[in-house]
Amino acid sequence: MFIKNYIKEVFGAVKSLWTGMRMTGYYFTHKKEVITEQYPDNRATLQLAERFRGEVVMPHDENNQHACTGCSACEIACPNATIKIINKFDILPDGKKKKAIDKFVYHLELCTMCGLCVEACPTSAIKMANTFEHSVYDRRQLTKTLNQPGSKIREGVE
Amino acid sequence: MISLEKIATLIDGWLHQHFNDVITLLIECVLVGVGAIALFALLGLGLVWMERKVAALMQIRMGPNRVGPKGIFQTSADTLKLIMKEGLTPDGADKLLFNLAPVLVIIVAMLILAPIAFAKNFQIWDINIGVLYVSAVSSMSVIGILMAGWSSGNKYALLGAMRSGAQIVSYELSAGISVLTIVVLTGSLQISEIVQSQQTGWWIFKGHIPAIIAFVIFIIAATAETNRAPFDLAEAESELTAGFHTEYSGMKFALFFLAEYINIFIVCAIGATLFLGGWMPLHIGNVQAFNHAMDYIPSSIWFLGKTLFLIFVIMWFRWTFPRLRVDQLLNLEWKYLLPISLVNLLVMTVIAILGWHL
Amino acid sequence: MFRQTEIINQPSTIPPSKEEGEYLTINVGPQHPATHGVLHLVITLSGETIINIEPHLGYIHRSIEKMCESLSYRQFIYVTSRMDYLSSHINNHACALVVEKGLQVEVPQRAQYIRVIMDELTRIASHSLWWGAMAMDLGAFTPFFHAFREREAINEIMEETCGARLTMNYMVPGGVMVDLHPNFQQKTKALIQAYYNRLDEWDELVTGNIIFQNRMKGVGMLSAENAISYGCTGPVARGSGVSCDVRKIYPYEIYNQLQFDEILETGCDSLARYNVRLKEIRQSLKIVEQLIDNIPEGEFQAKTKAVLKLPKGEFYQRVETARGELGVYIVSEGGTTPYRIKFRSPGFSNLSALNHMVKGSKIGDLIAAMGTLDLVIPDIDR
Repeated sequence: MFIKNYIKEVFGAVKSLWTGMRMTGYYFTHKKEVITEQYPDNRATLQLAERFRGEVVMPHDENNQHACTGCSACEIACPNATIKIINKFDILPDGKKKKAIDKFVYHLELCTMCGLCVEACPTSAIKMANTFEHSVYDRRQLTKTLNQPGSKIREGVE
Repeated sequence: MISLEKIATLIDGWLHQHFNDVITLLIECVLVGVGAIALFALLGLGLVWMERKVAALMQIRMGPNRVGPKGIFQTSADTLKLIMKEGLTPDGADKLLFNLAPVLVIIVAMLILAPIAFAKNFQIWDINIGVLYVSAVSSMSVIGILMAGWSSGNKYALLGAMRSGAQIVSYELSAGISVLTIVVLTGSLQISEIVQSQQTGWWIFKGHIPAIIAFVIFIIAATAETNRAPFDLAEAESELTAGFHTEYSGMKFALFFLAEYINIFIVCAIGATLFLGGWMPLHIGNVQAFNHAMDYIPSSIWFLGKTLFLIFVIMWFRWTFPRLRVDQLLNLEWKYLLPISLVNLLVMTVIAILGWHL
Repeated sequence: MFRQTEIINQPSTIPPSKEEGEYLTINVGPQHPATHGVLHLVITLSGETIINIEPHLGYIHRSIEKMCESLSYRQFIYVTSRMDYLSSHINNHACALVVEKGLQVEVPQRAQYIRVIMDELTRIASHSLWWGAMAMDLGAFTPFFHAFREREAINEIMEETCGARLTMNYMVPGGVMVDLHPNFQQKTKALIQAYYNRLDEWDELVTGNIIFQNRMKGVGMLSAENAISYGCTGPVARGSGVSCDVRKIYPYEIYNQLQFDEILETGCDSLARYNVRLKEIRQSLKIVEQLIDNIPEGEFQAKTKAVLKLPKGEFYQRVETARGELGVYIVSEGGTTPYRIKFRSPGFSNLSALNHMVKGSKIGDLIAAMGTLDLVIPDIDR
């Protein structure tokens, strides 16, 4: 009886080991299962999720106009003080002053990509882009001004 | 057809023509030494690359593929990096032993190379106690590991070395006994004779079930003796970070690494010689056409092919199984492998006496 | 000043050795392959046998609780993704729930469904990664890569809908940040189908393996009484037969309408905890299967004020993360930021049982037992 159990044990053990080896053997012989992506080489065919939060951008239309009113909602919503909005006052033709952004400063190095600024924006002036290759040699390059030079607020955006 | 044997006799003849016996012997010694070291380097680079590729495919990855075609020069680049690194010796270490240990390990690995038959009549030293010599010398590598572990002055290294000591000493037994089962069949310890005795069929086929059992036990014990997973307790990276070579870096680490792969090659070569017929081609009974076709494949290719197959099996083990615990490791040896191999040896002796194996 | 030094120099809980040099003390961590982070264990050994283990924490303390106190009720949720980064959705969920409790906001049905699906997907991903890491701790490397492949599929779904792979910040007070991606349902259904096959593969590769079974059986014993007294929750406690699934006992969102079982094992050892987790993956798949076709149409976010202010008082909410019970406790003074915030993290309590579990066993057992605790160090330290 003891011998029988002993032999049974040994055979059970060998069988369980063989099951595992069959699994790895399957993957060894089936090269199509390889899932590696050759990253820098496949940049052209890389499929990125469009919602991926890579950095904050401010879309401009063809007339170099954006939708930012300079209300600072994003600046308040940001948990890390990533966004700094510097406002100026445009003098309108009728002599009234109108608030507009001078600079929309965005510190990429502080950003945690939480997306709260985009949530807070009442005019959808900013959005998250799915770019992700942010590394640069100089840290100063990570501080960006999002509104393009000479850009204006789009007509009708309040 | 060019064979290793012909090249060797050619060189030997040429040397004898030009020099007297003593100088010829000296030159041949140097040639053998250079050849062995070159083989070491090539084997180390090749086997590491092979291991990485095997592991990668099993792990649904690509493996090295940047340096050279299919990443074949990756290991050379790694070695270059290791050579250029500082060979650090820790302050608390026993300097002499610490620096001696990797050299000792590599020398032991080199010594075992002597009696292995790489091809037909191509052997460094056809000593008449070849198998005994191999098992005697291979047990010395544990001294190097113990030395490394002790002299590092590191607790992880010490634990790893102690584990390794217990492990190698116990597994030597079942490895030796499974080797003995073949010695019982051939009646000789000489490697060339063992190979010759397999002309009509390899022992794993001729030796009935006991030979297969002995073969399996030998592979398990060989895996354990070379400190490979699932018996890599001496290194056990998730427990002891790197075990006995925790404190080693640079070329000294590379020597340990190299010795590991050389040892794998050697135990697999022994396994191939004893059980799979060494350089002997595959012959099936009286199928003359098939046997002739097999004879056309050079004997060195046969030997290398068998050895690489066994190495692959050992790599397959490593990338499939979890590691054993230290007490389970010893249980496996003393409660399973040793009794089984003893009984197996007995059965084999009966078979040999009754002459059933012929 | 002097008092402080005194406390540091106090002999710790190491038992006095009989003779000099009887015991060996080794430091596992803060940099060690088996601790999966910067956990530091001071281990007293006698040969290979463990006499005592003393976890040292604080290497990755980022004072998240204090940080949260300076952030508004919308902002502080994103920080909690960094606690237990493998179940960030569930952390965010807990915080969103407690804020909603304070504001008395009714979350739309659609948002509740989405939240539960996301929670369960996160749980599957977390358990998958744990499975790989567990096998790797025991010396088998291949399962780790297989686990990552499985997890990657979930990450891809998350990326598409939530916009991030690890720190999603998808749950906001009142619902979820954005609606589901159009591909979400189809991709998730495909994932569930594939996952059942993968789980069978896992059983073949690891669970049935005799070496693995022997490494896990009878290792790291934790009786039900001790599990309770150490405050263990989650799969660790359920492996000892303690019923503690928050989803069943204190159901939140729509969990009380769902069909799923609380997995209980009575083995009390590492293998039991392992089995609990693998079976939980199947249960989570079952939950997602139930929900994925029935997501109601409607709003995905309730209307909330621009500036959230919780009324004066104390609020507590517990959820079941992949590691156990996470409690979020907020004291509000009526302002825009919490007055005090406290997280009851599951990893901390689970870790405290480690010494009890592995005392007297081998170093290899420590790794096997610690692996089944599924420690995420930032969750322990915060």
